[in-house]
Amino acid sequence: MSVLGKVVRAGVGRRRVQTLVMGLTTMMAVTAAVLGGGLLAAADASFDQGFARQHGAHLTVQFDPAGTTDADLARTVHLPGVTAAAGPYPVLSLASDVGANTSRLPVGLHNPPMAFVARDGTGGPVDDLVLTSGRWVDGPGQVVLSDHNTPLGVGDRLTLPALPGAPALTVVGLARSVGQSADAWVTPAELAALTAPGAAPGREMLYRFAEAATNAQVGADRAALAAAVPPGSMTSAASYLPIKVTADKNTATFVPFVVAFAVIGLAMSVLIIGIVVSGAVGASTRRIGILKALGFTPEQVVRAYVGQALIPATAGTVLGLVLGNLAALPVLARAGEAFGAGVRPVAPWIDLAVAAGALAATAGTALVPALRAGRLRTVEALSVGRTPSAGRGRAVRQLLGRLPLPRAVSLGLAQPFARPGRSATMVAAVVLGSVGVTFGVGLAVSLNVVEDGMMRRYPGLVVAQPLPPIDGPAATHLPDAADLRAVAAKVAAQPGTGRSFTIGRSTVGVAGLAGPTTVVRYDGDSSWGAYRMVSGHWFDGPGQAVVASGFLQATGTHVGETITLTANGRGAPLRIVGEDFDMDESGMLIRTESASLAALDAEVDPMSAEFQIDLKPGTDLNGYLDALGASLKPNGFGPGSYRPPFNPTILSMDALAAMLTAMLVAVAGLGVLNTVLLDTRERVHDLGVYKALGMSPRQTVAMVLTSVAGIGLLAGAVGVPLGVALQRYVVPAMAQAANTRLPADALAVYHLPTLVALVLGGLVIATAGALLPAGWAARTRTATALRTE
Amino acid sequence: MSTPIITVRDVSKTYDEGPPALAGLDLEVRAGEALAVLGPSGSGKSTLLNLVAGLDKPSEGSVTVDGLRVDEMSEAGLARYRRDRIGMVFQFFNLLDDLTVEDNVLLPAQLAGMSRPVARRRAAELLERLGIDRHVRAFPGRLSGGERQRVAVARALMNRPALLLADEPTGALDSASAADVRELLTGLNADGQTIVLVTHDTALAQACASRTIELVDGRIARDVLRTAAAR
Repeated sequence: MSVLGKVVRAGVGRRRVQTLVMGLTTMMAVTAAVLGGGLLAAADASFDQGFARQHGAHLTVQFDPAGTTDADLARTVHLPGVTAAAGPYPVLSLASDVGANTSRLPVGLHNPPMAFVARDGTGGPVDDLVLTSGRWVDGPGQVVLSDHNTPLGVGDRLTLPALPGAPALTVVGLARSVGQSADAWVTPAELAALTAPGAAPGREMLYRFAEAATNAQVGADRAALAAAVPPGSMTSAASYLPIKVTADKNTATFVPFVVAFAVIGLAMSVLIIGIVVSGAVGASTRRIGILKALGFTPEQVVRAYVGQALIPATAGTVLGLVLGNLAALPVLARAGEAFGAGVRPVAPWIDLAVAAGALAATAGTALVPALRAGRLRTVEALSVGRTPSAGRGRAVRQLLGRLPLPRAVSLGLAQPFARPGRSATMVAAVVLGSVGVTFGVGLAVSLNVVEDGMMRRYPGLVVAQPLPPIDGPAATHLPDAADLRAVAAKVAAQPGTGRSFTIGRSTVGVAGLAGPTTVVRYDGDSSWGAYRMVSGHWFDGPGQAVVASGFLQATGTHVGETITLTANGRGAPLRIVGEDFDMDESGMLIRTESASLAALDAEVDPMSAEFQIDLKPGTDLNGYLDALGASLKPNGFGPGSYRPPFNPTILSMDALAAMLTAMLVAVAGLGVLNTVLLDTRERVHDLGVYKALGMSPRQTVAMVLTSVAGIGLLAGAVGVPLGVALQRYVVPAMAQAANTRLPADALAVYHLPTLVALVLGGLVIATAGALLPAGWAARTRTATALRTE
Repeated sequence: MSTPIITVRDVSKTYDEGPPALAGLDLEVRAGEALAVLGPSGSGKSTLLNLVAGLDKPSEGSVTVDGLRVDEMSEAGLARYRRDRIGMVFQFFNLLDDLTVEDNVLLPAQLAGMSRPVARRRAAELLERLGIDRHVRAFPGRLSGGERQRVAVARALMNRPALLLADEPTGALDSASAADVRELLTGLNADGQTIVLVTHDTALAQACASRTIELVDGRIARDVLRTAAAR
């Protein structure tokens, strides 16, 4: 081994704790960077990546089997602009019911009509299917369902009561089609078996085009296809663009906070690596003097110290890459679900970029003090003591010494002023940690408020809705307007009912807005089931309405203005009294009292009716449901108690935010740990003196901890407002991506006790980081410390 | 004869695999004595001082100071012991360069919880007695070696210790400053302060010690009581 190598190795071995901390810090920083970078990249091109990887279909087209021949369809494959095509696949639209299942679904529940496609396998030139669970169909009586929105799982059964013999299918797998080309897949033989006598399956073709980025381009592609087949034979052509828009919207809600965390994480990584490395090199100045006295050239000194920093940094980087990738897998899987892109590991280029960045940051930050050390005159380097030069912070020390504080505390509080540069970097690290915690907490609380707002869709503990025809359509009474009145009366008379109101839907027009709009009409006192308000108030009389942000944006109206609903050639003016937080139907619903619509004579769709019911205190829920169920059954209604347990997207965001916050805190804590360790080691002789004069272990711990207390408090005081500002910027950006505005209480989540706790959080991060060195300082043997130069 | 303030019984101290720094040492020091510990480098002088100061623990044997078993104390107990019972003076002063002379002297009292006004009165009294009161706001780096050692002595006496331990107190001083410190320690002992000093400086030992012991290879090779007339 060369002399230089021996020096580097000895340097690494001599400062084992510092080397370990440097390795750990780099590891955490790299882990955070890989996670943040991976998420960022996943968010950036999530749908497009998945769509390209699975060769998604730009157009899913169905043709009339009677109007097209194989030759017609073959001709479409060779049209200009078509880059790939698959099919024709036989396709049927079938009604089905839920059969025996382990997914806790009521047997007999009607499914919406589903597109059943016959395919031999998952592959093909277009629309590679991804099996997300189970297996592909390989025989009769089997079906693979699209995992997009199906409540059924592998092993569950579907029945097709409308077909002769009411055949049943067993779900053997769930698959994802990125272009949602079908709801279910069966073997060609099975599809033939499912085809009713006299019927013929449609023919589905899947196409990819050279140009399909815009609606206009997809429209032109569709027109070219229609022109290539007999007129009227193309029965439907579904574009992938609406799916992309929805997926991008999901992605867009994630992007702002992932970007925020990634930026904080990367900034902190570079900062901490800088603190650790420059501290390590700076602490070795005297050793450098000795090396130079022995004949080392300045260049050798620089190489030795950069190398000394790179060894633990390399080990930390490798470990960080492994941990980052492992940690990213579940997080990216969750994010992938939300993005609709599926599970995918961190891209290799991110690993490479992070590793190169971490090592470059290490080498770069080591180079500055190493160059300074290399330039130091030997005699100066030798004379530089391990303790900071006297003179810095003396005034503060004297001032603090006069305060009525325990001496160990005043000595600790003065310590940061002896090394202002180092203290500033420590403040910066804790500030970033504090920003992360403040932002993370604010984000989580905001998301909980948002989730609570979304749950306002289910205000009552009990909801009575039209019964599904469990015993077959013939045996089930389809409710009408008279039933609605009867149900309202029965609900009101039912023992245990506390309060209730009725919701129904009607389709109306809105003057100035193209197309039909749904108005949700309320009967009874709905104030206890009011949505969270973004602005204004919930309606409290006829002629008033509340609408969501989407409606206001689409119509260009504002709270306080009047809109006119139209139906049956009549009009009903409604004054918008509030903007509610309502994301149903893209925020286009109008909510008002039924009385507001009297002039329209618009009918309520009885199948849309809901009776929201709260029970009197002490009422047995199950007993109430049984009794009310029996009472309402003749009217075609049944009660249930439905509260969705959680929103998976919000859960994903919460989990991500928690993980990223924890990592930021850990990295900030390690930064403090390293700096305090460095300080403590440098001042070990002073520590020996203090202990020789009677400083107890407890006083020693107090001195070390208070040396970071001021830094923690200052960092908390700086970091908390920054974190609040970040939350105020990011959360509305997320809401905007979801095409809504937020209620004020979803943003104003920081109350005084929370803010105080968050400011103290900076203190906690700093103190936690200093605990280990404080313990080490307390345990250091006095005689050994006194002997240390 | 007064009772022993220090009793060292059959004390051995071994560092790692090396030869013992102290080997079965027995020693008693009585209140009011000024004991000089002499001996060549590596004879165990500083080790003995460290054991009495509670800075280190013996491998075997017991150390009792002012009725307290120093070798059995916890770290917190040792801190209280050092704070209340002993004062230490070091060869290289061990003053804290970023504290003023007054703050250095106040430190032991403040660590013991003495109020600042009371501590300042005591510090002023000591600094005046030791002739360095004009330097009260100065930083140690601006003082001469002798002055620094006087500050260190003042700091050591701050909590009125039963025992003053001095490790080569003149070892880093020029001859004039060394004479100054000799005179100071002699005066303190004359006022009743028990002193144990480790030194190579035979002039110091002769000037202020009422008793000298010489250590060789961790054992007492010579123990000489000196009369006041002989000093």
